[in-house]
Amino acid sequence: MDMNEIKEIFFQECEEQLAELESGLLKLNDGDRDPETVNAVFRAVHSIKGGAGAFGLDDLVSFAHVFETTLDCVRSNRLEPNQDVLKVMLKSADVLADLTNAARDGGSVDQARSRQLIKELEALANGELPQASAAEPALKAAAPAPAPVVAPPVNEEGFQPVAFSFEDFEADEPALIEATCYEIVFRPKSELYAKGNDATLLLRDLSRLGEMSIHCDTDGMPPLDRMNPEAAYFSWKISLKTDKGEDAIRSVFEFAEWDCDLDIALAGGSAVDASEELPMQPVPFDLSMLDDAPAGSADEEEQITTRDRDAAVSAAETASNVLQMAQSSTRAPAEAQRSATAAASAAAQQAASAATPTIRVDLDRVDRLINLVGELVINQAMLSQSVIENDTNGTSSINMGLEELQQLTREIQDSVMAIRAQPVKPVFQRMSRIVREIADMTGKSVRLVTEGENTEVDKTVIDKLAEPLTHMIRNAVDHGLETPEKRLAAGKSAEGTVRLTAKHRSGRIVIELADDGAGINREKVRQKAIDNDLIAADANLSDEEIDNLIFHAGFSTADKISDISGRGVGMDVVKRSIQALGGRINISSKPGQGSVFTMSLPLTLAVLDGMVVTVANQTLVVPLTAIVETLQPEASAIHSFGATQRLISIRNSFCPLVDVGRILNFRATQANPVEGVALLVESEGGGQRALMVDAIQGQRQVVIKSLEANYTHVPGIAAATILGDGRVALILDVDAIVAASRGQSLKPEMSLAAAG
Amino acid sequence: MTYAAKNLTTGGRELIAFRVGDQEFCVNIMAVREIRGWTPATPMPHAPSYVLGVINLRGAVLPIVDLSARLGMKPAEPTVRHVIIVAQVKNQVVGLLVDAVSDILTVRDEEIQPTPDISSEFEKSFARGVLAIEGRMICLVELEAVFPHEEREAA
Repeated sequence: MDMNEIKEIFFQECEEQLAELESGLLKLNDGDRDPETVNAVFRAVHSIKGGAGAFGLDDLVSFAHVFETTLDCVRSNRLEPNQDVLKVMLKSADVLADLTNAARDGGSVDQARSRQLIKELEALANGELPQASAAEPALKAAAPAPAPVVAPPVNEEGFQPVAFSFEDFEADEPALIEATCYEIVFRPKSELYAKGNDATLLLRDLSRLGEMSIHCDTDGMPPLDRMNPEAAYFSWKISLKTDKGEDAIRSVFEFAEWDCDLDIALAGGSAVDASEELPMQPVPFDLSMLDDAPAGSADEEEQITTRDRDAAVSAAETASNVLQMAQSSTRAPAEAQRSATAAASAAAQQAASAATPTIRVDLDRVDRLINLVGELVINQAMLSQSVIENDTNGTSSINMGLEELQQLTREIQDSVMAIRAQPVKPVFQRMSRIVREIADMTGKSVRLVTEGENTEVDKTVIDKLAEPLTHMIRNAVDHGLETPEKRLAAGKSAEGTVRLTAKHRSGRIVIELADDGAGINREKVRQKAIDNDLIAADANLSDEEIDNLIFHAGFSTADKISDISGRGVGMDVVKRSIQALGGRINISSKPGQGSVFTMSLPLTLAVLDGMVVTVANQTLVVPLTAIVETLQPEASAIHSFGATQRLISIRNSFCPLVDVGRILNFRATQANPVEGVALLVESEGGGQRALMVDAIQGQRQVVIKSLEANYTHVPGIAAATILGDGRVALILDVDAIVAASRGQSLKPEMSLAAAG
Repeated sequence: MTYAAKNLTTGGRELIAFRVGDQEFCVNIMAVREIRGWTPATPMPHAPSYVLGVINLRGAVLPIVDLSARLGMKPAEPTVRHVIIVAQVKNQVVGLLVDAVSDILTVRDEEIQPTPDISSEFEKSFARGVLAIEGRMICLVELEAVFPHEEREAA
C-alpha cells in the first residue's frame, strides 16, 4: 500500500461526494428547502476539503473552503438559495470536480474560471447578489481571443510552431484545436432530394464551419435527352479549413448521410480511412482525381494542396499531433503517429497491470452476488424445513442431498464473504497521514500509535469507516490534544499521543481512538449546549450525558472556524455513520488525561450465525458470537438479590440474570428462570450476563435484513431476519440488552432537550 | 413533491376505498403498492400499540399498522378475512391492516368536500376531505399525516 493507492481511495470517495453534492444542489434547484439536503451538500464539500487537506492539494482546499463558507451561509439561512445562487454553486461544483480530476490525473485547470467563481462565492457569502451576468460576457470575450494565434497549417514551410500559453485559453476546448484542412467529397443520391433535403442548405451549413471553397463536379451530367429529371448527377468537392474537427463536419450531414456518398479526408490525402467508421458503404475515392483536375478548378487552395503535397502532409501531421495532444483523439492520421500511440498505451497498460496483480471488481457486482447468496440461504432453509416436516425417517436420499446442499451454500457464502473481508490497514494508514498534516497545521506535536491493523472486516464497513474516523482523528488532534506549551505546563510530555486500535470482540470489530489530551471540558460543553438550546439552562446532567452532547448536530466547541474542523458537522456525522453501520459509539473522558472513543461495528452487514430461541412465544435470534455458554439453571443456583434482581451462580461466581422477555416488554412479569434456558453472554463492556430465554430452537445462519428501511430503529433489536417458515424473526442486540439490564434506558435516542 | 401530492392539486384521481370498523376511508391509489391477505406478524418490542409487528414481504421487512387503532378506534382483531394494504409513505413502505377493500373510486377534485368543522384536532389532521358516494360517506385519508416522520422515529 503506497501513497498512490491511498490517494486513489480518496479520489474514489471524492467521486461519491461530488455526486452527492451535485444531486443535492439539483434538489435545491428544484425547490427543495429541506435543511437535510443543505447539510448533505455542505458535508460533501466539507469532506472533500478535509481529505484534500490531508494530501496537500492546496488548490482544492482553498476552493472548497470558499465554497463551504458560502454554503454555510445557506445552511444558517443567511443566504436564500435562489436560482442565481444555485447557478453559481452548480458551477462551483463543476470546478470542484475539475480540480479533483486535475489533482488526480495531473492535468491543469482553468485558473481564470475558478478564480472568477471564488470571487462570486465570496460575494455571495458577503451578501451581495450574484454578478453572473457581468461575468459571463467577460468569459466569452476572452474565448475567441486565441484564434489569431492559430497559424494556418497550409503554407510553404509547413507548420510553424507558435509559442502560446495554454493559460490564455478559457474553458473553450475547441480553441485548442488547430484549424485543419479537410477534403470533402459529397455525392448526393436521388433519395436525398426525394426526402426534401437540399444540397444547397447542407453546403451553406458547412460553410459556417470555416473557410470553404466548393468545386462542383458536373462530369456525371448526361446529355439532356438522356437525363432523368429526378436523378442526382452532381457531386461536390469541398475543401474546408476549420478548427471544429471532423465530427462537426459529419454532424452537418447527420440527417443526409444515408442518402449520399460522403468522404472526408484531411487535406493532402494523408491516410485517413474515415469511411471505416461510417455506417455506409465505403466509396472508392481516387486521389488522382485531384492531380488530374488542378487546372479545371481555379481554386487557389486546392492548387496549393496539390502542388505542395509533401508540405501539406507534414503540416497536417503536425496539426493533428497538436489535435491529438489536446483531445487525446484516437484518430491518428499518420501511420507513425498511430503506432507510437499504440506503443504508448500498451506501455501504460503494462505498467498498470504490473502495479495491481489483483482484479478490480465493481462493488455492485459483489453486492449482487451477496444478496443472491443471502436469498439462497433463506431458500435452502425453507427447503430443509419443509423436507423435515414431510419426511420423518431422515435417511432418505433427499435428506442427504439437502445436507450437501447446505454445506455447499455455507461454503459459497463464506467464499463470497471472504471476497469482501479486508484488513483495516489502509484506513489506518490514511489516518496517520491525516494526523501528520493536522499536527503541522495546528503546530502540535503528535504521535499516532496503531494496533491491530490486520484485523479483517467487511469491505463496506471499511469504506464507511474512513469518513467518521477521519472526523474523529481531526477532532482528537485539533480539540483533544493541547498545545505543547500547555502539555508541558500540565506535566505531560510535549508530544501528544493518539492511539488507534482495532480488535475483534464477540463477533464485532471494536475500534478505539484514545488521546492523552485534556479530556472533554464539561463546563464548556454544557455552556455551549445551553447557548445552542440543546439543553435547558438548569438541566441536571451526568458527566456521561454531557460528554454525549458532543454528538449533537450543530455542536462545536472550537472558538474559531479552522481549515481542519470546528464547524460542528463532525461528531453528529460520525455518530450517524456509525449507527447506519449497525454500530455504536461511546465516549469516556477523564479531565486532564484524555478521551477514549470506542466504536463497535459488525464484521459484516450481510449474515450472522445465530442461535434461534423462543421468548414469550416469540422467535428471536441471538448472535452466536455473543454467547459464551448455555445452561439449564437449577433452582439452587438462583439467588434473589434485592427486590427485583436475581443472580445465578456459575462455578462459584455470581452473574446477573436478565429476562429478555421482560426487557423487550414481551411479558409483564419476570419468568421463572428454572423453566427456561440461560445464555451466558459477554458484552462489549466486558461483563458477563445470563440472558433468560424460554427455549433454544437451534442454531442457524441468518441473513440480516434492515428494520430501519421501512420501520425505525428498535432499541434492543439489532436487525431482523427471515426464517425458514417465511416469518420474520428479530435479531437481539445483546449489548443493548445488557446495557438495559444495568439500568440504562433502552431508548437512548430520547432527546436530551425534552428530558431537560 | 410526490406524484400523489401533485395529484391533489390537479384534476381527477383514483382512490381505493376500504372499511375500518363501520366507517369507510379511502387513500390515493398511487400510494398503494399491493393488497394482500393477513399473515401473522412478528410483534416488535417497545412498539406503539397500533404497530402489530412486521411481516416478510418477499424478503423485505414490512411493518403492519392497525389503521383502526391508529385512527383512535377499537383495535382490530386480525383474522384471515382482514386485508393488508401495502402503501408507500414517503420513502418507506408500510402495511395497513383494514377490514376489507370495498371500492376503487374515480373522483374529481370538486367532489371532495372539505372536512367538516369538527372539534377533534386529530381527525382533522389526517382527513383531507370527505366524499359522498351513493349515500355513503368516505373519508379521504392523508397517509403522510397518519405517519408523521417524528412520530415514526419516536416509535
